[in-house]
Amino acid sequence: MSNNLRINKNNFIDQTVRISFKFNGKKLFGYKGDTLASALLANNIHLVGRSFKYHRPRGIMTCGSEEPNAIVQVDKDPALTDPNVRATEIELYEGLEAFSQNCWPSVNFDIGGINNFLSPLLPAGFYYKTFMWPASFWEKYEFFIRHSAGLGKSPTKPDKDLYDHQYVHSDVLVIGGGISGILSAKLAAEKGLNTMLINDKSYLGGSTIYQDDDIFKIDNETSNVWLKKQIEELKKIPNLKIKNRTSVAAFHGYNYLLARENLTDHLSAHERKEKIRQRLLKIRAKKVVIATGAIERPLIFNNNDRPGIILSSSIKKYIDYYGVKTGENISLFTNNDSAYETAISLIKSGVKVKVIIDIRENSNSILSDKIEKTGTKILRGYTITNTGGYKRINSIDVMKLSKDGGSVIGNKITYKCDCLGISGGWTPMVHLFTQSGGKLKFRNNDNVFIPDENKTPSEQISVGSSNGDFELDDVINNTIKNIKIFLGLDKNKYENLDIKCSKEKQKRNIWLLPSNKPISKTKPFLDFQNDSTAKDVKLALREGFKSIEHVKRYTTTGMGTDQGKLSNMHALGIIADTTGTNMGELGTTTFRPPYTPLTFGAIVGRNVGEFFDHTRRTAIHDWHVENKAEFENVGQWKRPWYFPKNGETMYQAVQRESKAARESAGILDASTLGKIDIQGEDASEFLNRVYTNAWSKLSVGKCRYGLMLNEDGMVYDDGVTTRLGENHYIMTTTTGGAANVLSKLEDYLQTEWPELNVYLTTVTDQYSTMSICGPNSKKIIKKIIPSLNLSDESFPHMSFKNSKIDNVNCRIMRISFTGEHSYEINVQSNYAKDVWEKCINAGKEFNITPYGTETMHLLRAEKGFIITGQDTDGTLTPSDLQMDWIIGKKKYDFIGKRSLYRSDTIREDRKQLVGLLTDDPKEVLEEGAQLVESLEKPIDMLGHVTSSYFSPNLNKSIALAVVRSGKKLKGKKLIVPMENKNINVTITDTVFYDKENKRLNA
Amino acid sequence: MFIINCPYCGERDQTEFSCGGEAHIERPKQPTELSDDQWAEYLFMRKNIKGIQFERWNHIHGCRKWFNVVRDTSNDKIHAVYKMGERPPIK
Ligand SMILES: [Zn+2]
Repeated sequence: MSNNLRINKNNFIDQTVRISFKFNGKKLFGYKGDTLASALLANNIHLVGRSFKYHRPRGIMTCGSEEPNAIVQVDKDPALTDPNVRATEIELYEGLEAFSQNCWPSVNFDIGGINNFLSPLLPAGFYYKTFMWPASFWEKYEFFIRHSAGLGKSPTKPDKDLYDHQYVHSDVLVIGGGISGILSAKLAAEKGLNTMLINDKSYLGGSTIYQDDDIFKIDNETSNVWLKKQIEELKKIPNLKIKNRTSVAAFHGYNYLLARENLTDHLSAHERKEKIRQRLLKIRAKKVVIATGAIERPLIFNNNDRPGIILSSSIKKYIDYYGVKTGENISLFTNNDSAYETAISLIKSGVKVKVIIDIRENSNSILSDKIEKTGTKILRGYTITNTGGYKRINSIDVMKLSKDGGSVIGNKITYKCDCLGISGGWTPMVHLFTQSGGKLKFRNNDNVFIPDENKTPSEQISVGSSNGDFELDDVINNTIKNIKIFLGLDKNKYENLDIKCSKEKQKRNIWLLPSNKPISKTKPFLDFQNDSTAKDVKLALREGFKSIEHVKRYTTTGMGTDQGKLSNMHALGIIADTTGTNMGELGTTTFRPPYTPLTFGAIVGRNVGEFFDHTRRTAIHDWHVENKAEFENVGQWKRPWYFPKNGETMYQAVQRESKAARESAGILDASTLGKIDIQGEDASEFLNRVYTNAWSKLSVGKCRYGLMLNEDGMVYDDGVTTRLGENHYIMTTTTGGAANVLSKLEDYLQTEWPELNVYLTTVTDQYSTMSICGPNSKKIIKKIIPSLNLSDESFPHMSFKNSKIDNVNCRIMRISFTGEHSYEINVQSNYAKDVWEKCINAGKEFNITPYGTETMHLLRAEKGFIITGQDTDGTLTPSDLQMDWIIGKKKYDFIGKRSLYRSDTIREDRKQLVGLLTDDPKEVLEEGAQLVESLEKPIDMLGHVTSSYFSPNLNKSIALAVVRSGKKLKGKKLIVPMENKNINVTITDTVFYDKENKRLNA
Repeated sequence: MFIINCPYCGERDQTEFSCGGEAHIERPKQPTELSDDQWAEYLFMRKNIKGIQFERWNHIHGCRKWFNVVRDTSNDKIHAVYKMGERPPIK
């Protein structure tokens, strides 16, 4: 292996700091400033992965975020391993460990490589065509596909790293740290605007910073020297923030952008400790300058994917910036002048350029003349028809192009080489521009899509090569001119720079270069990562796909992790050529965020684990914890589910709690129920309009159960509302519905009935509620509040009294959700735990039993009380629930009333709530189970079980269900078919326990 | 993600608001007088235009007030914001 691939340039790489790293287990060395890609190339490693479908050997092809091949798995730690990272973007650090992906068992011997020889059998849409049929075979294919294809591996342990989010507000945001971005940021900041410059590299200056040839001069200095001075000045401006290693992922409307800042990915493990790994910047900018540059296009020819075939501008960067020779015998293949810049750099560094193949008949530029004078062989009007080598390119076949470029003529010449630079021209990076809503236009003379200045969203501008300017003088002059207008600047020092550069004079573009073989015998790759070839695109067109979005999905062109940064333009060009369409009319596929992949860590930031969502705890929560409650999540609330004693199962605990509540006394923390304080002189009228029943006649001190509908007549929420005063009510809602009910009521008050004088205030958190039920509840209340008259005459069911427990004001309602004699105590939340403990102590002699949501659900089911959201699902009317009694027939209007007699809502065969008893009283049904009449196919589904429990008080299984025409079916036998048995049930009344409601006053 | 100029609070991020659908659909004063079809027209029919649309928005994580917005749904440009009960400032 050659050791002299590194030349001593010392500009950007610190060759005094050696860094050791491992690639596929092999220990290697690089230097500070290297990327993984440059260090591998310096070690003469080109082969880094296998392609997705054919498993062909693939090498490093670029030096940036567009890299399709060199995507690696970084780190072995199951919590920290990072898949699909581009080796061209990984800054080398001590101890870095990276692995090839998509090769099994190894990159040098890959079993999937057999696909390469089977490739005539693997055309476009192969996966769709083959593996989808017959469907039952998928299981067999899947193992093979998942094992040998697929990209990196996800971490298997929770991510240990810290991520952060930050909001940024700036006057001007400049995206791109190349020459046009630097000048834009400088002009903005020097005007005093609060400016941020985002640059995805670790250094500023783009490709100009290593352009040291004297063809390119600004004010008599080489362009890199001149730019360096500008950067030094830039860094001193206090109102300018520079964010290096930061990549804009998304550009949304109203100049809202998301950017990912890498803070530690370039550091060794011990330097990373305790630091935030990545930060997601949420940026709102008054003005945005897009200066994202352009990326070089490959050329599409037969076998253009071998390791050692690299974009020509990347070869230049590897030699000029990293001081790395990508080969010792390099040839170049181009359709434009850029490759000549690469040739200059190579020759200066002592690397032999064997031959330059230029598809143009002539070039006539300063650049090409300079190369011509060095005596380098240039073949003009030629193309490459094939390449040789397997794990590394070793030869090229060259032939003369016909005049029209459609075929090759003459004899084949073969050249040996170990590296081939290719250049197909430049593609402006317009991703962010289009993401923000901008529309592109097509420029025919050099085949580029560029931002249409007439269809650019306001307050943004594209400059530099992302705006289609590729020559140094155009980039600088147009940037200065346009930024001046965009920011409303006065005269500035950059307006009359003396700029010298080469100008490209000749252009020739052939999207798919011909070969001496028929296209069916060639492999001209378009999408290197997803292995789609020009053949696949042509096949898709033959098969009738017309839309580029369809061709893209059918051939998978542009669907890899690189999102087709290299391949999309050629795919479009080939489609346009084949169908005889103008590319401008064809348009592009949609550019969707993110521009480069984002980690999930950056997206979620700190919102993980206990911070994933808010947790709401009642004021009595600590007592529940002390008393070993198991908790259930209800919305954001933690509610006690049941209180197991002595190792009880949930079933045992619930049976015990339910029995105790009916036999003596139970206590429930009902604080999570929504509470809305309603005041105002029209409060009664308001309630009349929002509930189905009448409220005007409810006297002060009384409570009433109410049902609330949507305008479509479907039950929305329910709860008890108490009239505290003439114009003062307190409404309770379900726990989950609290916020939505308040919003809905506010909506009606503000938009439909602004004439009503009513004020709504949520007091859910301000008051805590404890419900004591059971035959001994009265005795317990008597003990706590001896002065309170608890006789049925003074304090009947559905009434309320203000009282005091010691010195604490409380509202006591005599209401019941269990069917037992019960009281609900409402106190200000900061007294709640104390009052709760008083109730527990007073109830001790009656075996007062705290119970949770499960027992509450069981007890109410015994009484046939519904739970909205469990027994209802937004498709049931009050009548469907057999609750016709709650409709105020005399009321002129209420929300949803008109819908109760639409042709659909009065249908008799709607699903209706019924009770169910199993023939075997021990058999408990599963909630959600289907109900059918017979098992003869096709089986008609009649409904499903909504609530189901074993009732300890009735000693049998009970259930509620919704069943088609259920109201008429009382006594009917139905079947609940389960996986391994059929359960026989009978439709009953919905009330199972104490049908006469005697216990309320017991 | 756009910025909405709440008529009570001023410019705020879209995340503070929730959209309540098409504006200026008045709840019928006498629903009982309506045929099924007329009621269905009120209940279900919404325009969902590509272009200038009149919408109801609620500053749900702010002042909790409802108001109207004129938005071009093709580019999210907001042309006007006005209070409930006011007439649209543009057609
Ligand atoms: Zn507001």
